[in-house]
Amino acid sequence: MVKLTIDQKEYEIDAEMSVLQACEQAGIEIPRFCYHERLSIAGNCRMCLVAMKNSPKPVASCTMPVADGMVISTNSPEVQKMRRSVMEFLLINHPLDCPICDQGGECDLQDQAMAYGWDGSRFQENKRAVKDKEFGPLVKTIMTRCIHCTRCVRFASEIAGVPELGLVGRGENVEIATYVEQALTSELSGNMIDLCPVGALTNKPYAFHARSWELKKTESVDVMDAIGSNIRIDTRGSKVMRILPRINELVNEEWISDKSRFACDGLSRQRLDNPYLRRNGRLVKVTWEEAFNAIALATKRVNGDEIAAIAGDLADCEAMTALKDLMSALGSPNIDCRQDGAHLDASVRSSYIFNSTISGIDRASALLLVGTDPRSEAPVLNARIRKRWALGSFAIGSIGCDNQLSYPVTFLGDTPKVLEELNKGKHSFSKTLIDAERPMIILGQGALARPDGATILFRSRQIAEKYGAVNNNWNGFNILHKAAARVGGLDLGFVPQDGGLNVTNIIEGARNGSVKIVYLLGADEINTSNLGKAFVIYQGHHGDVGANRADVILPGAAYTEKNATYVNTEGRVQLSQLATFPPGEAREDWTIIRALSEVLGHTLPFDNLRQLRARMLEINSIFLNIDQVAPAVWKRFGSSGRLENSQIKCGHSNFYMTDPISRASETMAQCTDTFLRTNQGKTGTDG
Amino acid sequence: MTTQNEPSQTSKTFSFTPKIEIKALEVLQKYPEDWQASAVMPLLDLAQRQNGGWLSQAAIEYVANRLSMPLIRVYEVASFYTMYNLKPIGEHHIEVCTNLPCWLRGSDQLVQACEDFLGIKSGQTTDDGKFTMSEVECLGACVNAPMMQINDDYYEDLNVDATIKILSKLKAGSKPKTGSQSGRRSCEPATGLTSLLHQKKLLDKQHNKGKG
Repeated sequence: MVKLTIDQKEYEIDAEMSVLQACEQAGIEIPRFCYHERLSIAGNCRMCLVAMKNSPKPVASCTMPVADGMVISTNSPEVQKMRRSVMEFLLINHPLDCPICDQGGECDLQDQAMAYGWDGSRFQENKRAVKDKEFGPLVKTIMTRCIHCTRCVRFASEIAGVPELGLVGRGENVEIATYVEQALTSELSGNMIDLCPVGALTNKPYAFHARSWELKKTESVDVMDAIGSNIRIDTRGSKVMRILPRINELVNEEWISDKSRFACDGLSRQRLDNPYLRRNGRLVKVTWEEAFNAIALATKRVNGDEIAAIAGDLADCEAMTALKDLMSALGSPNIDCRQDGAHLDASVRSSYIFNSTISGIDRASALLLVGTDPRSEAPVLNARIRKRWALGSFAIGSIGCDNQLSYPVTFLGDTPKVLEELNKGKHSFSKTLIDAERPMIILGQGALARPDGATILFRSRQIAEKYGAVNNNWNGFNILHKAAARVGGLDLGFVPQDGGLNVTNIIEGARNGSVKIVYLLGADEINTSNLGKAFVIYQGHHGDVGANRADVILPGAAYTEKNATYVNTEGRVQLSQLATFPPGEAREDWTIIRALSEVLGHTLPFDNLRQLRARMLEINSIFLNIDQVAPAVWKRFGSSGRLENSQIKCGHSNFYMTDPISRASETMAQCTDTFLRTNQGKTGTDG
Repeated sequence: MTTQNEPSQTSKTFSFTPKIEIKALEVLQKYPEDWQASAVMPLLDLAQRQNGGWLSQAAIEYVANRLSMPLIRVYEVASFYTMYNLKPIGEHHIEVCTNLPCWLRGSDQLVQACEDFLGIKSGQTTDDGKFTMSEVECLGACVNAPMMQINDDYYEDLNVDATIKILSKLKAGSKPKTGSQSGRRSCEPATGLTSLLHQKKLLDKQHNKGKG
């Protein structure tokens, strides 16, 4: 700790801090453009200048470390004049186009010009203009507005791990550019829009659609992956205009993936806004009553165990609770939330959650990835791994995935054989794990969604135990889910009940006729063509593959349209909030099931969200602790058996389209076109 | 509108010739294994020399791969320093200093003389690819103003006649005398030594030794 004086007051400040941080701690605002808490310090905007006693020149407070006895002044007339002057310089080449700039209203430059600038300029020469750059379908550039703070450059190289942006040229001719123009190949690129303190980088799909002050802001959580990133949904009227990250140090820091941010245009396309019923092979619009009656008629003809339900990747806990209760009232044990057929064990919580927690990655000392490509499955988590790697001495090995991640990874092989070798301590990576104080294993769905998934789970547990990844202070055994609904579903026990069928058997049963009714709660990732002659009820929000096969469609609400509970891959219970109402006749999902239960003669005992959540608590007490992760008890899980000698598949074949919402999104289609099909050449059907 | 000075594309692949490679290895040896990126500037210089005075995309990419650096990081360096040329350049690059001391001593006339003699404007290259001319900022030889640099050599104490003589010689393929063109030695006073007279012999000796 050091003692220093800021504005005539003495403070005791941590000796590792900079003057800017010290001022912040003292509650004094220091204007800045280039400084950002999560990026390296550049010190090139000069906006944070303060006066320091005995220094002939002003000091950039972001780069100046605190020292004992320092006397800093942040509000003297001298400092105010310095800020005005810096502002005048920054505005020399900045266009006066705030009225047509998308950043207008939420622009650091605008705000700070008002607070610290002055109302004139002595610049008589021509302003310079800079050619706009092509950064792909997500980030729009208006480079003349750039003030060269290099936040985007630092974000790309430090956080995203794609060193593609740079500051080229010098002096008057300096520009932000890529090496030979190309789209940014990062799945976190949208965060540069938030980082840009001016309107140089803006949201391309959102361009000229709304002004920041006319938007209603709703705090919610994301469901595009299993991270549960905290988001803010900006709406105007009934339309989601854009999605921004909220800061949550424990989950997403302040980043979200491009899919989380840009897939929101999919929310207003391909929507199911009316109940449908298949009559003579065609889906026709019907009333809720007709749809429910058709279901009632179908259920009357069959036994309880001939009915099955599958919950999809975006299902919320409330809907799953209601559906689970309805199915048990109907006498069906056939329910499953593991659409991909992953061998997850719902009875042991520590076997299906990310035990270390996401922030725990910061403390890990070595990492073994098994059947997971975190870059496409959870870009924000991948950035967290990169952050840990950047701190040094962090060896990372990968089984199954040799995709390029944003940090160096030792590829150990693509078959489960490697697990056996590691188990025997024979593998070259064994020593790394032995030496590591807190080793970490991340097991992906690619390793579990295969016939020998339970064995891989078993072997991975053995490895975790063998290498000391699990003890009283550290649990390095982690499952990385791809679906936002999965952990919630497992916590609710939305898995086959006594003698019930799992996903594979439900589909097989539907194909051979032993399962007569299949209730799909937003399940779109299964092979619907294998459902045979079964009567398919699809409840969901998008006209995707599930709805295509359905005999009855019950229009539900998307994640922005309901107050719902989601549990992320860590087991963190988070609440989403209704930002807009579901379109047309669509309703919040649990209310649909509740209404249906009445028609079926098995009225569910909850009439409002409070009662339903009380029921959820009855099933599992973890729903009591919102926004928290309760450590799970370590037990035995998995089953020993033979490992197959086939390749472990991982990642998404197309990161930009993984669920009904992103598949309906035009922006995500453009991304697919730009980032995934560049090498394949266009076909005749393209545009 | 400013336009980015992107390196020109050439279909040619680039790699160091054995002779340059020896020099490159000498440079690389100076830096520890994990800090090879520090060699970026000398390596770009070597690449530029081999490539006829300018850096093509292939050359930049070669240096980047050689040092395991992201392309953009190398491009940042190449675009920042004016001594790296990102466009093809003439065999003789004439850089006339037009900063204050040279300007006061008549650099405008030198620029004019060059332009007239070569038939090009500043920033252009002659059709035969022999000469490129540019105006540059201070080259640090103010005491011998006005001056110009052609490739690696300084030509000082110039006037129009001396300039044309130098250019003619270069055009004819011979090598003009470098340094001061007025006959003075180095940057000694133009009218001969005014001090250190007692050491004249020693200075002469040193000067002749330096010549040898």
